Formats: sequence, structure tokens, C-alpha cells
Amino acid sequence: MPSQIVSLVVNGEPREFIAAPGMTLLAGLRESLGLTAAKRGCGQGTCGSCTVLVEGQARAACLVAVETVAGLSVSTLEGVATGGELDAVQSSFVDNFATQCGFCTAGMIMVTEALLDRDPDPSEEDVAEAISGNVCRCTGYQPIVIAILDAARRRREERASR
Amino acid sequence: MAMLRGRGYASVNYPTGMNLGGDPSQALIHATTTGTFVISLSSVDLGQGIKTITAQCAAETLGLPIENVLVDTADTDTGPHCMGTFASRGTHRVGNAVIMAAAEARGVMLEVAAEELEVDAGDLETDGTGYIRLKGSKEKSIHITDLALAAHFKHGRTISGRGIFLKEPSAPVPETGEMDPDSCQAHACTAAVVEVDDETGVVEVLELYNAYEIGRALNPAMATQQVEGGAWMGLSHALFETVEPYYPSRDHGPRDFGEYLMPGPADIPVQHSLILERPAASGPYGAKGIGEMTANAPIPAIANAIFDACGVRLEAMPFTPERVLRGLDALRADTATQDAGPA
Repeated sequence: MPSQIVSLVVNGEPREFIAAPGMTLLAGLRESLGLTAAKRGCGQGTCGSCTVLVEGQARAACLVAVETVAGLSVSTLEGVATGGELDAVQSSFVDNFATQCGFCTAGMIMVTEALLDRDPDPSEEDVAEAISGNVCRCTGYQPIVIAILDAARRRREERASR
Repeated sequence: MAMLRGRGYASVNYPTGMNLGGDPSQALIHATTTGTFVISLSSVDLGQGIKTITAQCAAETLGLPIENVLVDTADTDTGPHCMGTFASRGTHRVGNAVIMAAAEARGVMLEVAAEELEVDAGDLETDGTGYIRLKGSKEKSIHITDLALAAHFKHGRTISGRGIFLKEPSAPVPETGEMDPDSCQAHACTAAVVEVDDETGVVEVLELYNAYEIGRALNPAMATQQVEGGAWMGLSHALFETVEPYYPSRDHGPRDFGEYLMPGPADIPVQHSLILERPAASGPYGAKGIGEMTANAPIPAIANAIFDACGVRLEAMPFTPERVLRGLDALRADTATQDAGPA
């Protein structure tokens, strides 16, 4: 099977690149488009560090063959901040010191974006379940859970003040 | 059948650095034309924060904002020598080397400023915002950017410094075994609160109380996160981590890191952490190393809490449900034997 041109809408922008058969979405983002926020941790869908949103759903980009999402919209960490301003989730991660080495952080933030889109007021249990597919080996998870609950609060306040 | 609650504690003394054939690390620092001080290191930052800590040490010593410091750990082939970031040695060894290098660079910086301002270098001070100024004077001052430009293009000076910290090898005295194997020791105590389900054998850690005496905490937020992230690792060793199966069949064992069980976000206790600061004479601004020790005390604290909760004394990690249940069975068998009396 020959390589083909794949079109995606990445962070709102139409993008095209040449993909060899079986190329993963993660490889397309990192190697063809230079978007390196999503990390390749395990490469088998168990660590969550490559999490991106496909049509708003959190997906492990290392398990998605890029041709299967052709034409769809993909969101990565690079598109989360607007106009150089961190969004509520990012600023909450900073303020609550929910990151240490940073390898899991892109995936943690993307899975949080998906969680807060479908549930603006998650419980601590909901948060634990949402990030249960994302491995962190530095923080012991407590600051991440605290940051996500704080981010939910900030986003609710943002919406209320609009 | 009941949920049994127990408390236990354990303490740890932990050496900073190592002995072997001596334990050195070096640092070089130089100012760019616009007054950024670049620290060259071979010490690697793998997320533990050596870049932040060494930048803090350099900024404090130089008397400049931390924004004026850039830490370059790019290449272990070309950088000044470092033994490595292990043995809880990075902050202590590399921090000391950076302070020595920054102190030399500060000396040159003040010399050039003295020439530029036509005053005595001994009468100059840094204000921490980027200015070098004559003590007691508001007019006589120069910003580090202007000073670095002048050093390069007018005075022909390099604002630079060299630093090394060497813990010299210490051979044991043959008669007594006495030696000086480390530079200082950090101390800690963990108290654990657990709940043991005596039907299933499952142990849940509800709370961990961490008290750490670590010299001076150069960055209290990072120190606290090291304590709590390390305690999570200790909890993981205590209750989860094994390549042996939980049940007799090998098929239940992990085949890769994805299946190797460690606690997830739903398995974590509430942690309460306290940092006690008793600056160490040999440490950079009094700091000791707290890398590896943070995973240690939680393990025996949890074992002691399990004993307190249900009387089972476990001596092999991890403290799996199977081991707890076997321990409870053994206790019941002992009680039954005692009740029956001598045959």
C-alpha cells in the first residue's frame, strides 16, 4: 500500500501531510507536523501521555492509525492556550504545582479538557476515574487531582461571569 | 468480619552523597554580552529539578534575578565533570559547585562595575533586581546588561567563574572501621493510618504524615512534592509492586510495565507533610539531599500500622491481600492451639 496524503483539522487549522500505511496519529502530530506536546510513553495505550482529543473525545494517539481519522478534528495541548493566555486547566496545573518532570502533563491536561467538557462539576471519584488511564510517576497524583477539581471550579466561575 | 484500623510509624536517617573514590561535581559559569549568566553542567535534569535549584543558587550568589540565569545541561561529553545525579547528591554537590563558580563570577562583575563607576569594588552591592550600585547612593548604579556589554566591548573582561565540590575519599580506620562516608544526613519520620479488611485481606492506606528534617529547603514546594511523590512510591513498594502473581498462577503476573501494578489516582492516601529546617554546615545555603529517602519510611510505617490493626507482622513486601490473610489464619491457628491447651 502506498503512502497517502492525510488531511486533518488540527487545533482548528486544516493540515495535510504524507502518511505511510499504519502511521499513528501520534507520529503524524510529532514527526510530520512538529507538534511535540503529546508524548510517546509506552506506545501501547497504557500510559496516557499521548492523549489528544479526536472530535472532542480523549484518545491515545499512539493507538490510532492516522488514516482512520482523516478529515476529523484533532485537539492537542498546543491549541489549548488562546492568544498566549493559559486556559483554566493549564493555570490551575501551574498554581497547584501539579507537574514535576512534565512527561505526563500534556496527557493529563487533555484528558481534563475532555472531562470538563462533558461534566463541569466532577467529584473527586470522577476525576480519579478520568485520569485512571494516565500514568504519573512523580507527583503521587494528589496535586493533579486537586488541580483538576480547582480547574473545574475556575471554569464554572468563568462561565458564570460571562 | 471487620474493617480494622491501625497506626504505625517509622523513621529514617539518610546520607547525602557517597564516598567510594571521592565524590566531585564541577560547574562553569559565564556572562553573555547582555548579562545572562550561563551555567554549564554535566548534571542531568530528569525532572527532579536540578536546573531550578542550581539557578536559584547562582541567582542568590550573584545577587541577580533568577531570570538572568540560564542552566545548560546539554552535553556530558563537553560539560564540566559531574559524577551523576544519584545518591541524593545533586543539590548538595552541584549546588555547592555552582555557588563557588557564581562567587568567582560575582567578584569579576563587581571589579568591572567598579571600573565603570569609578569607585572601589568593596563599596558596591547588588540590589537583587539587576542593578549593581554604590552602597548608600541612588545615582551611582549600573544595570547588569550595560555592565556585561561594557565588560565585553570596553574592558576586555570575561565575567566568569569556576566551581567544584569534592567530597574527598575517606578510607576506614582499620582498627575501628571509623570513616566519614557522607557529608551530612537528612532525617525523616512517617506515620501511616491504615484500614485492613480482615475478610479480603486488602490494606488501604488512609493517611500519611510526613515529617522531614532536610537542612534548608531551597525550594519548599519542590521539597514537599519530592516528599509526597516519594511517599507514593513507598506506598507502591509496600502494597503493590511485584513481578510475582497475586495468586498462584504465573499467568496473573505482569508481562510489561503497563501491567505492573502501582497505585493509581484512586488508591492514594491523604498526605500531611512538614518540613523542618536545620541548615547543614556543608550544604549549599544549608541544604541536604532528600532524593531517595522519601520512599523509605512509608514502607515500615505501613507494616507497623498493619500489625497495629490486626496483629499480623509482615516481613516481605508487598503486603498483598494473600499475605495478610495467611497471617490472620496463622494468628487464629495459634489462638486455637492455645485454647486447646497442651495435649
